[in-house]
Amino acid sequence: MSVAAIAFLVIGLGLIGWLSARTRAARFAAAADTAAGAAGRPHSLPFYHGWYVALWATVPALLFLAVWGWTSPALVTGAVLDTPAAALPESGIERGALLAEARALAQGKLAGAFNDEAAALAPAYRAAQARFDGIATVLALILAFAGGAYAFTRVRPDFRARTRVERAVMATLLVASLIAILTTVGIVASLLFESWRFFSMVSPVDFLFGLRWSPQSAVIAGQTNQFGAIPLFWGTIFIGAIIAMVVAIPLGLMSAVYLTQYAGPRLRAWMKPALEMLAGVPTVVYGYFAALTVAPALRDFAAAVGIPGASSESALAAGVVMGIMIIPFVSSMADDSITAVPAAMRDGSLAMGATQSETIRKVLIPAALPGVVGGVLLAVSRAIGETMIVVMAAGLAANLTANPFASVTTVTTQIVQLLTGDQEFDSAKTLAAFALGLVLFVITLLLNIVALRVVKKYREAYE
Amino acid sequence: MIEDHSVKSDRPAKMSARNVNVFYGQKQAISGVSIDVDMDNVVAFIGPSGCGKSTFLRTLNRMNDTIAGARVEGQITLDGTDIYNPDMDVVQLRARVGMVFQKPNPFPKSIYENVAYGPRIHGLVDGKADLDAVVEQSLRRAGLWDEVKDRLHESGTALSGGQQQRLCIARAIAVDPEVILMDEPCSALDPIATAKIEELIHELRGRYAIVIVTHNMQQAARVSQHTAFFHLGQLVEYGVTSEIFTNPREVRTKDYITGRYG
Repeated sequence: MSVAAIAFLVIGLGLIGWLSARTRAARFAAAADTAAGAAGRPHSLPFYHGWYVALWATVPALLFLAVWGWTSPALVTGAVLDTPAAALPESGIERGALLAEARALAQGKLAGAFNDEAAALAPAYRAAQARFDGIATVLALILAFAGGAYAFTRVRPDFRARTRVERAVMATLLVASLIAILTTVGIVASLLFESWRFFSMVSPVDFLFGLRWSPQSAVIAGQTNQFGAIPLFWGTIFIGAIIAMVVAIPLGLMSAVYLTQYAGPRLRAWMKPALEMLAGVPTVVYGYFAALTVAPALRDFAAAVGIPGASSESALAAGVVMGIMIIPFVSSMADDSITAVPAAMRDGSLAMGATQSETIRKVLIPAALPGVVGGVLLAVSRAIGETMIVVMAAGLAANLTANPFASVTTVTTQIVQLLTGDQEFDSAKTLAAFALGLVLFVITLLLNIVALRVVKKYREAYE
Repeated sequence: MIEDHSVKSDRPAKMSARNVNVFYGQKQAISGVSIDVDMDNVVAFIGPSGCGKSTFLRTLNRMNDTIAGARVEGQITLDGTDIYNPDMDVVQLRARVGMVFQKPNPFPKSIYENVAYGPRIHGLVDGKADLDAVVEQSLRRAGLWDEVKDRLHESGTALSGGQQQRLCIARAIAVDPEVILMDEPCSALDPIATAKIEELIHELRGRYAIVIVTHNMQQAARVSQHTAFFHLGQLVEYGVTSEIFTNPREVRTKDYITGRYG
C-alpha cells in the first residue's frame, strides 16, 4: 500500500474517532443537563472532544508517514543491496543507474529492462518494497489506533478538551509562521554556502573592489581576476538608486501632495487606485516598453543631439521606466504620511495666513518627511532588486560609465546571465551568481531595515 | 432681539456680523447671528457642545473655507470691509485675524522657527536682527520669553502643554494681527497653565480684539467683558458679562448658567 493510501486510511480513522468521541461527549453532556443544570455541565463542548480524539488519531501517524516517505527509499535500497542478487559494479554512476532502473521496473514504470542486472534486481526490489510498505501500514495504523484510543479513554465530562484543542491550534499557527522564516533562513544559508565556495576560488577583495567584470573569459583563460563586481554595483545604483529615483521621487511626491491636498474626494476616489494600478503592471511589460519604445527614442535623441556613446540599450531607458514603475511606492507612502500629519498642523499654518502651497512646503512635507524617506528607501530596495526591466533594456556590457545613454549592466541582469542555459555548478562563473545574490540580499535587507525603522519612529511621533 | 445684541463701546466695532447663517451641506449650523466685536473688550462665546460657537468663530477668519461643503450667508465685516467679498484675499484676512486652537498645535520645528513662521511667509521682516526682535517681542507678549529664551532652538513640541499654547499665541501675535480668535484655548490644559493663559488674555486686551470660545463659564466670567450665549445655532443673548451672569434676560441663558443643562 502506498504512503498516500495509508495517509487516507489514517484520516478515515481520525474521522471515525471524531464522530465517536463527539457522540460520547454529547451523550454525557445531555445526561449532565437533565441531572444537574448548568453547574454540572461538562467542561468542553462535544465537538472539542471530537477534535481532540481526531488529532490524536491522525497527527502522530501522519508525522510518522512524512518521516517514512523521506527515509523509506534509502531503507528499501539498503535491503536490496543486502540480497545475494546484488552483484553490482563499484562505480557510482553505473551503480546508481542500475538501481534506478531496477526500482522503475519494480514499480512497473518501465515495461522492459535494458540491463540484465537490473532485471535480476527487480524482484528483490519488489519484495523489499512490499515488505517495507507492509511495515509502514502496520506501524501507521498502530499509531493511529493507539493515539485515538488513548484520547478516547480521556473523554470524560471534566476533561478539558477545549484547552487542548486551542493549544493544538496555536501550534499549527506557530508552525505556519515558522515555515516562512525557516525558508528565508534556508535561502540565506544556501546563498552563504555557494558564496563560500565562490570566495574560495576568487578573493573577496577582487570581487568587491575589482573594476573588470568578464566571467566568460575567466573560464576560458583559467584566470580568476576578472570577477570585479564594481561595474555591476555601479550599474545597479546608477539605474535603481539614481535615475529611477530622479524620476520617481518628484513625481511620486507631487502626485501624493496633489491627491491629499488639492484633489476633491471624488477625483481622489478614482485617481488613487488608478495610480496604484501602475504597481500591478507585470514588470516584463515594463521591460519591453523600455526596450522597444523608450530605448530607441532615447538613442535617436542622443544621436541627434550629438551625445557620444549612445547605445540602443541604455541606463536611462531602464532607469526612467523603472522610475515610473515605482512611482506608486513613493506616492502611496508619501500619501499615507502626509495624511497622518494632524489636521491641526495644517489649520495652524492656514490660520497664520499661509497659502496652501506654503503650508505644504513648510509644514506638511517637513512633518511627513520621515515617512516619505522610508517610502523612498523601500522603493530603492525594490528598484535595485528589479530584474526584468534591466535584463531587457539596460544591456549586458559591464561598463563603468556615468553616461546615462550608454549601456550598463546590473547585478540582477548578470545573475540571470550567469545562471541561464547549461551551466556547471562547480565553476567560479556560476558560483559568482550566488555571491552577487548574497551582496544584493544584504543591501536590500539593510535598506529595508533602515526604512522600516524610520517609518516606525515617525508613526510614534504623532500618536 | 437683534437690537439687544449691541453693546456700547467707545470705539467703533472692529468686526461685525450681520444675519450670518452657516450650513454644512444641508444642515444649518448657525442661523441669523449678528454680533459686534471691538478692540476694548474681550468677547466670550459660551454655550453647550454643538451649539455652533466654534463654527461661528471660524467664520470670522474664514477657516470654514477648509471644510468641504461649508457655506456662509450674511455679512461679516472687518473695519467695514466684507470679508466674504470675492475681492478679499483670505491670506491677508488671516494675517489680520489670527487664531489659536483648542489643542496646542506648534509646528514640529524649533521654538524660534514656530514664531518666525508667520513673519517670514508674510515678508514682514528684513534680515535676521529684525526677525530676532519680532520673535523676542512676540514671546515676551505671550509671557513665554523668560521660560524659553535659553532654548529657542529646541523643538516646540517638547514644551509642556501650557507652554505650547502660549507658543501658539506668540506665533499668532508675531504677524501683528488686529483680531485674535481663541477656540477653547485652555480645554487641554491644567488649572495652572489655564490661569497663565487667562492672565495673558488680560494683558493682550486693548492691543488686539479678542474673541474666546469657552466651555467653562467661570473662565468666561473671569476673562471677558462681553459674553455671547449660543444655543442650537442661535445667538440667544449678548451683553455685558457681569449682567449675563447675574441678571440674564433670557430664560435659556439663565437655565444654562445655573447649570440646568449644558
